Amino acid sequence: MSLALEQVLNGLQFGAMIFLIAAGLTLVFGIMGVINLAHGSLYMLGAFVSASAAVHGAPFAVAVLAGAAAAGLAGIVMELVVIRRLYGRDHLDQVLATFALILIANDGVSVVWGKVPLPVDVPSALAGTVSLGGFIYPAYRLVLIAAGLLAALGLYLFIARTRLGMLIRAGATHRETVAALGVDIAQLNTVVFGLGALLAGIAGALLAPILAVQVGMGEQILILTFVAIVVGGLGSIRGAFVGALLVGLVDTLGRAYIPVLLKPVARPEIADSLGGGLSAVAIYVLMAVVLIWKPRGLFPAGSR
Amino acid sequence: MLTFARASLAALLMVSVAGSSAFAADPAPLKIGMITTLSTAGGYLGEDMRDGFQLAIDEEHGKLGGVPVQVIVEDDGLKPANGKQIADKFLLQDKIQLFTGIIYSNVALAVVPSVVEAGAFYVSPNSGPSQLAGRGCNKNFFVVSWQNDTPHEATGQYAQYLGIKKMVVVAPNYTTGKDAIAGFKRTYHGQIAEEIYTALDQTDYSAELARIRAANADGIYYFLPGGLGINFLKQFTQAGLKKNMKVVLPEFSLENHVIGAVGNDAEELYGTAHWLEDLPYAANKKFVTDYRAKYHREPTPYASQGYDTAKLIASALRAVNGDISKADAFRAALRKADFKSTRGAFKFGPNQYPVQDWYSMKVVRDPKTKKLGIRGVGKIMRDTGDVYSGQCKLT
Repeated sequence: MSLALEQVLNGLQFGAMIFLIAAGLTLVFGIMGVINLAHGSLYMLGAFVSASAAVHGAPFAVAVLAGAAAAGLAGIVMELVVIRRLYGRDHLDQVLATFALILIANDGVSVVWGKVPLPVDVPSALAGTVSLGGFIYPAYRLVLIAAGLLAALGLYLFIARTRLGMLIRAGATHRETVAALGVDIAQLNTVVFGLGALLAGIAGALLAPILAVQVGMGEQILILTFVAIVVGGLGSIRGAFVGALLVGLVDTLGRAYIPVLLKPVARPEIADSLGGGLSAVAIYVLMAVVLIWKPRGLFPAGSR
Repeated sequence: MLTFARASLAALLMVSVAGSSAFAADPAPLKIGMITTLSTAGGYLGEDMRDGFQLAIDEEHGKLGGVPVQVIVEDDGLKPANGKQIADKFLLQDKIQLFTGIIYSNVALAVVPSVVEAGAFYVSPNSGPSQLAGRGCNKNFFVVSWQNDTPHEATGQYAQYLGIKKMVVVAPNYTTGKDAIAGFKRTYHGQIAEEIYTALDQTDYSAELARIRAANADGIYYFLPGGLGINFLKQFTQAGLKKNMKVVLPEFSLENHVIGAVGNDAEELYGTAHWLEDLPYAANKKFVTDYRAKYHREPTPYASQGYDTAKLIASALRAVNGDISKADAFRAALRKADFKSTRGAFKFGPNQYPVQDWYSMKVVRDPKTKKLGIRGVGKIMRDTGDVYSGQCKLT
């Protein structure tokens, strides 16, 4: 039982981190209609900047802030220089341009930091494990769950309760009306893009101590992120949240239990490798099932 | 009209033939085609290998074995199709007859057969796939590193030697990962508590770590190259699992870059390797000193393999005076392996894969600098070849 609980916590933690990345991606899609493949590069930048701040002796909190700020700024620059030209253009053009940004970002990062992964230690106060009645759990992962949930709550309050949030919601569904009411849509776009980048940067900085900080780390997580927002419904924060948690839970529980469930019915070596293969596709099965049931995802933008 | 076309075609052919022979008379440098992985997360492996190779050329000021060489480097991006395209271009357009460089076996399997069938030579600095070690061996294919199974056999042997009763084994769910676990189990005879296969693009290992904790084993082996292993080790240590389990690793998961990236989590790791930074051979001391001086980073097994590959090629080029069109003589010279390897004793087995010693190693903290580093402990296997060489009929 405690093992199951531990796996659920693992899934929540993974989902929380996917949400931080997915939130920005889905906002940018929902409001500007841009598919930004380079979103993972902003996450990578957050990880690299916080890693090098940590290497130069910055305390953990400062390193995370530095990573988030760097990603946010890079996002704003990216919007002003490239993304701005892609609104209203074909999705294929957007994919092409943002894919080019991935290549530029990867090569840029390897010029600055090299190809060898950077070291980041977990802050010593959080490096231990805590006992949660029946099982021990890494303290840092609890911090990640808390950070992800806090970010989700903060984002919800921001979108639901503030004036800027209201404009963002309105911009997602009634773009022309908002513009006709005299809101500077261009500025709104830059802010939203920067916000998404900031969240991705936070995810990168928070994950740096438990992942290899290396070139290409953005693409690894980007696919899961896309699955999460497709499951949740494109353009919806609530959808991204539910989608991310579902993807995190299904992926983690799949890896935990599919091989175990196969053990009684197949020979051990087949069970192990088949289980590995099946759990790798579990989230795609989830996506397919959701899309058959609800072709626009669970909570598409603008739905009530 | 037709005869005119024919005549001009013949004239063209003659000119081009004359042209090429004129080039051959030139003391143009011998071209070596290096197809390797420089981009993607695995890019630093190819970078180290390339730099080690270049170091040997720099030692001779642009020559190998007294023969001027020009290395043409292309990035395969870890895609077999790219590697094949580059190889075709090297063969047909650049007329290259000597190849090296590939890091990953999936790329090697796409490239090597067409290279050796064209009569060219391929000297592998890293990948040693089983498919080309047994019945599929080829007289123009040489491997300087190891056969892919052997690093894992050495690790299994060491786990056995360390007296670990119950192991968890982890590898990515693809051919090389399964071969690795098969290699490990060939020499480790204790109990395998859990066999875990992961996805190749996986970043989060929490589910696996919970399974590992539940398995209650006293040791773990994983084959997770590069960044995968870094992710895993960081999360493994944070889960507090290292206190009760000995970690025994093949060299891919325990080299200087990995230690640099995981920081203090590298403490108390065990492993095996065919090359170590602190091996006391003169060739190795020179290599380690020069590599650090030139590139300002710590050498890795990949760097030493690149360097050894260049040294082997140098020895054979010297024997034929740079004329590799004397294929039989060049091949015989390569087979002799008449060079001083950084890893000590080196010879080729019947399939032209290495027969060599394997070392056990441990990560320890240097009492003076307080930095973590890999130290050799002893030899775990001597004069070891591979299990496939018996099926290879070359002579």
